Amino acid sequence: MVKKIMLLFILTTFVFSGAAMAASPKMGGTLVFGRGGDSVGLDPAYETDGNSFLVCDNIYEALVAYADESTALEPGLAESWDIAADGKTYTFHLRKGVKFHDGTPFNANAVVFSIGRMMKNRDVKFLGKGYDIPAQDRVPEYWVSMEMDDTIGSIEAVGEYKVVFNLKRVEAPFLANMGMDFADIISPTAFMKNPKEFLRNPVGTGPYKFAQWIKDDRIVLTKNDKYWDKKGGPYMDKVIFRSIPENSVRFLELKTGNIHICQFPNPADIDMARKDPKLKLPTQPGMNIGYLSFNHTKEPWKSNVNLRKAIAHAINRKAIVDNIYQGMGQVANNPIPPTMWGYNKSVPGYKYDVALAKEYLAKAGFPGGEGLGEITLWSMPVPRPYNPEGQKIGVAMAADLKKLGITARIVSYDWGTYLKRQREQPEDMDLFQLGWTGDNGDPDNFLAVLFDGLASSSVRTQWHNETYHNYMLQGKQTVDQAKRTKIYEDALQLIFDECPVISVAHSTVIWPAQKKVMNFKLHPTGSVRMKNVWLDK
Amino acid sequence: MLSYILRRVLILIPTLLGVSIIVFLMLQAMPGDPAELLLGERATDEALFEIREHLGLNEPLYVQYGMFLKRLMKGDLGETIWTRQKVWVEVKQRFPATIELAVAALCIACFFGIILGIVSATRQYSIFDYISMLGALAGVSMPIFWLGLVFMLIFSVNLGWLPLSGRLSIDVDLEIITNFYILDAIITKNWIALKDVLWHIIMPAVTLSTIPMAIVARMTRSAMLEVLRQDYIKTAKAKGLSQFKVVYKHALRNALIPVVTTIGIQFGVTLGGAILTETIFAWPGVGKWMYDAVMQRDYMVIQGGTLFIATLFVVINLCVDVLYAIINPRISVK
Repeated sequence: MVKKIMLLFILTTFVFSGAAMAASPKMGGTLVFGRGGDSVGLDPAYETDGNSFLVCDNIYEALVAYADESTALEPGLAESWDIAADGKTYTFHLRKGVKFHDGTPFNANAVVFSIGRMMKNRDVKFLGKGYDIPAQDRVPEYWVSMEMDDTIGSIEAVGEYKVVFNLKRVEAPFLANMGMDFADIISPTAFMKNPKEFLRNPVGTGPYKFAQWIKDDRIVLTKNDKYWDKKGGPYMDKVIFRSIPENSVRFLELKTGNIHICQFPNPADIDMARKDPKLKLPTQPGMNIGYLSFNHTKEPWKSNVNLRKAIAHAINRKAIVDNIYQGMGQVANNPIPPTMWGYNKSVPGYKYDVALAKEYLAKAGFPGGEGLGEITLWSMPVPRPYNPEGQKIGVAMAADLKKLGITARIVSYDWGTYLKRQREQPEDMDLFQLGWTGDNGDPDNFLAVLFDGLASSSVRTQWHNETYHNYMLQGKQTVDQAKRTKIYEDALQLIFDECPVISVAHSTVIWPAQKKVMNFKLHPTGSVRMKNVWLDK
Repeated sequence: MLSYILRRVLILIPTLLGVSIIVFLMLQAMPGDPAELLLGERATDEALFEIREHLGLNEPLYVQYGMFLKRLMKGDLGETIWTRQKVWVEVKQRFPATIELAVAALCIACFFGIILGIVSATRQYSIFDYISMLGALAGVSMPIFWLGLVFMLIFSVNLGWLPLSGRLSIDVDLEIITNFYILDAIITKNWIALKDVLWHIIMPAVTLSTIPMAIVARMTRSAMLEVLRQDYIKTAKAKGLSQFKVVYKHALRNALIPVVTTIGIQFGVTLGGAILTETIFAWPGVGKWMYDAVMQRDYMVIQGGTLFIATLFVVINLCVDVLYAIINPRISVK
């Protein structure tokens, strides 16, 4: 009996220690991340491409951070923050004892410098001597396109670890914006040493330090041993970002074990990865939307809601997702992804129903498509994260419209021309495909940017609706999130009723990885964070 | 000879000026602009205007070209639009990779191409002749893209003999001095790295060599056939010279002239073919870089890169001309 108990004890200890061993992170090793292209630069204020940001994500940090797998806000380099009652003054209390990779202490002046350098009118106040910020070498694109100059009035360091942002207007998404890559905090001393070369010699406070860059080949980051957050990583000695442009070759490199994670594989390779016992499939519903919209600057699209609904019910979106997204996506009911707050669950989406579509078409005054003539359907020439093959989707849509008696001609240009001409809303454009990948998880970043044509001529859909415009203004100017949720839910109901746009699909991101890569999570913003990732030997 | 070379070098100036004007005008005719592509879906009128202003794209055409020429006079190819780096620095980082690959491919092409051509010519209509010429036809018609992937599947994935892609393994250290990795490994006496670099270059070089190899083989064969029918070959044979001497000393030397011309041209073709090879094998060279620049409308890279390649082309042609004189003393360069 004693023997049995002993045996049981030994076995239990063995099993539990084994489980504990599997769960506790191991130190060391080099992770190789295979991606489609090289980074353009590594100064977060001036970059616009995902490949630059995913390296920046590990070198730099911002005042606020997004949660591991969502865009919920968490303290980053700021421990906490206060918002004044009028919603226009934000005070950030900074973390103490943090150092940049070059040894420069992180403090209020570093924040004023990093954010202030993007401002047009540099209304900034340093503590003490501060820095003489050099003139901008180029336009900080994200700063400009997020309209930050219209939001931030001045930035002031009021203490060694206290910064005040005075806003020009109440801007509810402001905090979420401060978690975006462009708002990362950089080492002012490193920047001042050689401003023109900073993008190739980045210095931040993040878990990994920049070590080497061989253009179009690899970027090497090494572990930041002095990282401030003692909870969790960094665990690995090195992280290498390798550029392997061809999707199938990148996947072969993963299969042969030369890389650990394969970004954007061909959909056809996903099945192979699923069958491979050495691989796993980290998956994340993308924070994006691929849509089909109407030219709202011309008739009959502008004021004929029945016609718009006829088109919406005629398009078989499920078939598009199954066959062209190859299952790596989900049919969209709303133009914001279901993972985002403000998503309206009661909106059913437009059902594929040819008979109903024909009814709407007749109600619209074009029975059997008569009187409409040939329409144009602009289809995207390049794959984007939200739309894998615009041309094929265009052909599928045209075939669907044919069933109503509508003849649609596919039109396409090179990507630059497509974007340019689309913004001009030309007479020869009836329907157009486009989409969006979210930046900060705030519904305003989808709904105002994409559909509030009354706010700006740059809004690509140019839908003009007073009620909707008011919703968007209220959404921006209300700080309370519960109230904002209600506003966006109402706005989404209005979009469903008025049908200014047909939400086609949200794509799903799947990046196969080696099984030994532990704790790697795909983020909805597309950022790649290696801080808590470790390699099982 | 020296004055000839000098004259040819001087001709370079109007040639490049012409190239620059053509490239510049073609760029202007090209639809789309870098500002639109930099910003993508998020472009606002304000952001677009500011970027265009910053890049000088709001200026009239002649001003833009004038600015480009002014910089060129100072030996400055300008700064790239996307990476905000001197074009010259970017060229310096990538060109060695392409040259290394192209030279390796051309060496393979010449070595095997010439041997195949000679053997085919000396054994005309034999089974070997048929097989090698069929092989040459296949080589010309084989899509590089497909061939590269097939090589990878056989030699890397199944047999595990050669690395799949890249120029250097992740775990091999090499001090980069000239960016010619083979040279750098030799200079630093880093034999582990040298082996690794050579291992990496085999597959892309062989893939890239197929088309020029096939062309060189066919060219050598026909040139040799022509020469072998000449009277002086008959004389040489009648003198009782060995077959080897007749073929390699008397026939080959005379047959090489058109072959050398072909090889010169093939070097340019190889640079063009490098775009695909570099893409498949993740080879960080100039081909892929230029291709991306065209897609992103990085005017500065396209202009600078084209000028650089044009210069290289002219210089290689010059080398070919000088080679004529060395191979065949009856030709003198005047």
